[in-house]
Amino acid sequence: MRDTTPPPSRLPARAGVGFKPQHFDDAMAEPGAVEWLEVHAENYMGAGGRPLAMMRAVSERFAISVHGVGLSIGGEGPLDPDHLDRLAHLVNWLAPASFSEHLAWSTHDGAFLNDLLPLPYTNATLTRVADHIDALQSRIGRQMLLENPSSYLAFAESTWGEPEFLAEIARRTGCGLLLDVNNVFVSATNLGYDPRSYIDAYALDQVGEIHLGGHDSDTDDTGAPLLIDSHGRAVADPVWTLLDYTLARSGPRPVLVEWDADVPDWPTLSAEAARAASALAKVAA
Amino acid sequence: MSKMIKTVAVASAFAAALTGYTTTAEAQAKEKCYGVSMAGKNDCKAGAGTTCAGSSTVDYQGNAWTLVDSGTCMSIELPSMADGTMRKGALEPLDRDLPA
Amino acid sequence: MTVTQTEFRAALFDPSSDVPEGLCDGQGRPAGRRYNVYRNNVAVSLTEALHESFPAIARLLGKQNMDGVASVYLRQSPPSSPILAQYGEDFGDFLDAMPQLEHMPYLGDVARLEWLLRAAYHASDSTSIAPEALAALPPEAFDNARLILAPSLSLLQSRWPVLDIWTYATEDGAPKPGGTAQDVLILRRGYDPEAHLIGSGAAAFLASVTSGAPLNRALEHATAKDPAFDLAALLGLLLGTGAIQDIQTGAMT
Repeated sequence: MRDTTPPPSRLPARAGVGFKPQHFDDAMAEPGAVEWLEVHAENYMGAGGRPLAMMRAVSERFAISVHGVGLSIGGEGPLDPDHLDRLAHLVNWLAPASFSEHLAWSTHDGAFLNDLLPLPYTNATLTRVADHIDALQSRIGRQMLLENPSSYLAFAESTWGEPEFLAEIARRTGCGLLLDVNNVFVSATNLGYDPRSYIDAYALDQVGEIHLGGHDSDTDDTGAPLLIDSHGRAVADPVWTLLDYTLARSGPRPVLVEWDADVPDWPTLSAEAARAASALAKVAA
Repeated sequence: MSKMIKTVAVASAFAAALTGYTTTAEAQAKEKCYGVSMAGKNDCKAGAGTTCAGSSTVDYQGNAWTLVDSGTCMSIELPSMADGTMRKGALEPLDRDLPA
Repeated sequence: MTVTQTEFRAALFDPSSDVPEGLCDGQGRPAGRRYNVYRNNVAVSLTEALHESFPAIARLLGKQNMDGVASVYLRQSPPSSPILAQYGEDFGDFLDAMPQLEHMPYLGDVARLEWLLRAAYHASDSTSIAPEALAALPPEAFDNARLILAPSLSLLQSRWPVLDIWTYATEDGAPKPGGTAQDVLILRRGYDPEAHLIGSGAAAFLASVTSGAPLNRALEHATAKDPAFDLAALLGLLLGTGAIQDIQTGAMT
């Protein structure tokens, strides 16, 4: 099955990386295979100074994807109106090629917990998340992409499968999806399902961006493998294989390499982007 | 201080500061020509950035914490504080090999 | 069996509590230590954020003590906003109040200095006043004028040699702190925050100016504190770092 619907983002269907300030000079001088950059929205919400100046400079050179990590779209409480304002301001200022957020919650009772916490896949969650996405999209005046999480456990109360749940949210809200292939591999390993059947069930025609990242290995109480989505090392080989499997079904999509902990030097990171670019080249028309 | 003296004081301080300022401004313009790096390497003043990743370092503790006194502590001696007291503060030896 | 976010959150912060019922592995068995991944992510990420934001405090305490202090602080004062660069505004007050740290009473001010440097880093950009605009003012205009200073500028008046302690903790080979109380001017040259030691007269002058006093009043306060106060030297520093945005003359209040 090869989808022909234009993906809901204006990023090029090429390789990008998560932007780190320490790579600024190298990224500008030697972009290599890196054709676009993703930045975390919350790191560019200060009033001024070097972060915003740097963002002005990189956004003149690269297409930018703004990736929120703090809106708590799955939160039981209402969305933080101040944070919605900040997101709207940032998106208005940068006019990025894409804006994305996570299927997760991170704020409760006014406390931001700095992690992407899991949700039960129920009708109640579906309604709440869809309402929050409606509110966000109408506040920022554009479509967003919603990302699948890394899961370490499941909820007994869940009545939906994750790909079907995400597809239904996209259908109700008109949002697009972000498919993190490493998250699929991590979740499939941790919860004992086949990552390829997850990809087969995913609404690939709605996917505007693909993520890759490195993971670490641990074990649960029974000694079963428990993978941690650490973004602290190179992308694992089976995840590259799963990317090939995905691209063969979705067609070319913007592919991002995330590396957030033990961040390597620029040549190492851009070599990961080059590997993503060659995976894309295999499916290019 | 009479009004006249104050006027002279403030105005002449500005005049003196402006004389020195010209050279500073020229130096800054020169620095700009050579390009000031945006990278801000080792720029710890930015504070923490966000992450959307998990941690593989297992390290969470509860709310109880006791100061670890290493016994080999250096001490900062702080005599004659503004409040007139003598204060002593223990410091762990600084590990100079760690990145800042 | 539903697990509310209130239950999920409460157990995150209390490692001795049971894992909420209704969380399981892929086969429906209780989640067990799988839940600890989230406990760990929250605690480690916020602890790391505090290490990154308060490097001098982390050096002064040592890693093990800093981790312990962070574990208490992150539970008592988790971030109120997803902007992590803004986490820790009250960390200095927290350190002041910790009984275990009574013998290091200067830590609070060191943390406040680190916070102000960070606030300067992220403060609004500002344009400095053109020297010609100042040179063109008649001498009598300065007396009742008010200075508008850059939003990145701040002042820390400490009972401790706070700048020396901060320098000792952050720079290799810096001398051991002496025994004098220090006032510190924090400002930003371009995009880089700087901490400058200033005299008590300069501190009184800046405290006065930032509270909106006209220059003649500020000078009176400064010379009352320190008869040798050198206004030209302070203005040289402010002009040289672009810290004066504007001067308002005329409007008398």
